[in-house]
Amino acid sequence: MVIIGAMDMRQIPEGLKAEVKGLNFYYNDVQALKKVDLQIAEKKITALIGPSGCGKTTYLRCFNRMHDLYPGNRYEGEIILYPDRLNIISPKIDPIEVRMRISMVFQKPNPFPKTVFENVAYGLRVRGENRKHFLEEKVEKALKQSALWKEVKDRIHDLAFNLSGGQQQRLCIARALATDPEILLFDEPTSALDPTATSKIEELIMQLKKEVTIIIVTHNMQQAARVSDYTAFMYLGEIIEFDKTDKVFTHPSIRLTEEYITGRFG
Amino acid sequence: METGKIRKRIALNRFRDHLFWIIGLLSTLIGFVLLFTLIIDLFIDGFPRLTLQFFLSYPSRFPEKAGILSAWVGTILVMIVTAATAVPLGIAAGIYLEEYGKKNWLTHLIEINMNNLAGVPSIIYGLLALAFFVYFLKFGESILTGGLTLGLLILPMVVIATRESIRAIPNSIREASYALGATKWQTIKDHILPYSFGGILTGVIIGLSRAIGETAPIITVGALTFIAFLPTSPISSEFPFLSFKWLMDPFTVMPIQMFNWISRPQTAFHINAAAAGIVLLLLTLLMNGFAIYMRYRFRKRIKW
Repeated sequence: MVIIGAMDMRQIPEGLKAEVKGLNFYYNDVQALKKVDLQIAEKKITALIGPSGCGKTTYLRCFNRMHDLYPGNRYEGEIILYPDRLNIISPKIDPIEVRMRISMVFQKPNPFPKTVFENVAYGLRVRGENRKHFLEEKVEKALKQSALWKEVKDRIHDLAFNLSGGQQQRLCIARALATDPEILLFDEPTSALDPTATSKIEELIMQLKKEVTIIIVTHNMQQAARVSDYTAFMYLGEIIEFDKTDKVFTHPSIRLTEEYITGRFG
Repeated sequence: METGKIRKRIALNRFRDHLFWIIGLLSTLIGFVLLFTLIIDLFIDGFPRLTLQFFLSYPSRFPEKAGILSAWVGTILVMIVTAATAVPLGIAAGIYLEEYGKKNWLTHLIEINMNNLAGVPSIIYGLLALAFFVYFLKFGESILTGGLTLGLLILPMVVIATRESIRAIPNSIREASYALGATKWQTIKDHILPYSFGGILTGVIIGLSRAIGETAPIITVGALTFIAFLPTSPISSEFPFLSFKWLMDPFTVMPIQMFNWISRPQTAFHINAAAAGIVLLLLTLLMNGFAIYMRYRFRKRIKW
């Protein structure tokens, strides 16, 4: 059923931010990713879609080495980060360095039980930044970038838990942005939100690509079609098709992709 | 089934329902009434004896002159040593087991032992402390020995409380911290510890309020029952103004003072014991109340 090798893997026209080459990933003995390749265009949005269990979240979490937190996980292959051509999954590279350059927004809003200000400032504090003025400036900038500033500017020292779900998720985006990451990873960022909050986040993601390279995992195909520039369709730990988003959604070159996006399985 | 039969059946079911209601109520009342009577009795006997003189006098051959000065000072000093050993050790061990320790047979073994240690009879701790602190380390029958013994006794409780409140923190919070580039220690000091503080504190206080009433291990390590002097003052007039000599002084504690009075034939001493009992009871209730308050406060602030 799965057609390997038929992928259209031609060089994408924009500048590259990252390139995945022959990535295998194992949870103990179970191989979750099978020799996947991918090119991530700079300051564009790349979406990973596919049915549940296809490995898209596993794939995303390779980019900031989240798998290193748990025992028994193993990577093979390369994820090259440009411009310095750093293989970020090499065991020689400290995962903390990778996480400082590549930020992540999770599926469920997970603010710290601290104030709005301290949530956004935490990434900078981790880097040893304690100058009050600098932090205030950065927090304000990040909250503006994540379109939350107007709503929270009067209660920046209130607890983050008092915000609504959508606001909490935008706070998490601000927290990820405050450290000026090179790539921003989104792991199904709207799956816990209502439609209004979802469309706000989608708008925000499209705004953000002016400043940062984005990779987004979503189970919502309309969302991928709306926000992304490139789409990779994954199935059973492999990338079946990767192309410009409108091409994938209008003229997919592989039957499996077509069956998935037309809702015949998944 | 016809209606008559169903109604009969329902009546029978109802009857059983009521029967259990009565049994349950009686069981609850028996325990409650007994406990309440004991406390009331204690208060009636001991309350008139609770004067300032009682708190400020040493034990004496004359019951009306006797007081609990050396006992409550001893209790406080022993509790300070207990807290100073059990709290840092217990919290550090709890953090290690939850956040650092890999899940292998060794941590499993430690875990099983830890849970069993919490249930070991306290006199066993007394025997261990007698052999180790008194004879081997030659700490003597001192406040230090007493405090370390009780510290050992409540250590498992502190470890278990720490682990449980750490485990209550959702993993998504840890991931959020790590994803920002935090190290394990940064995550622990900025998130894990502050968010589990309420639970840890509750465990510590409940442990201490158990230790405060312990008698057996303290008798085993040789606390004296008749002390007519106070330990060396911790504050001295010469540099460095702090003295730790009190650690090596002999001591007595509240429950031992009570035990001593109870075992005398004169009724007047029994009244003294009741009065000391009230003080001990109130102290324990106060500590538990504080623990409940802290738990409530932190639960209100942090809801996952």
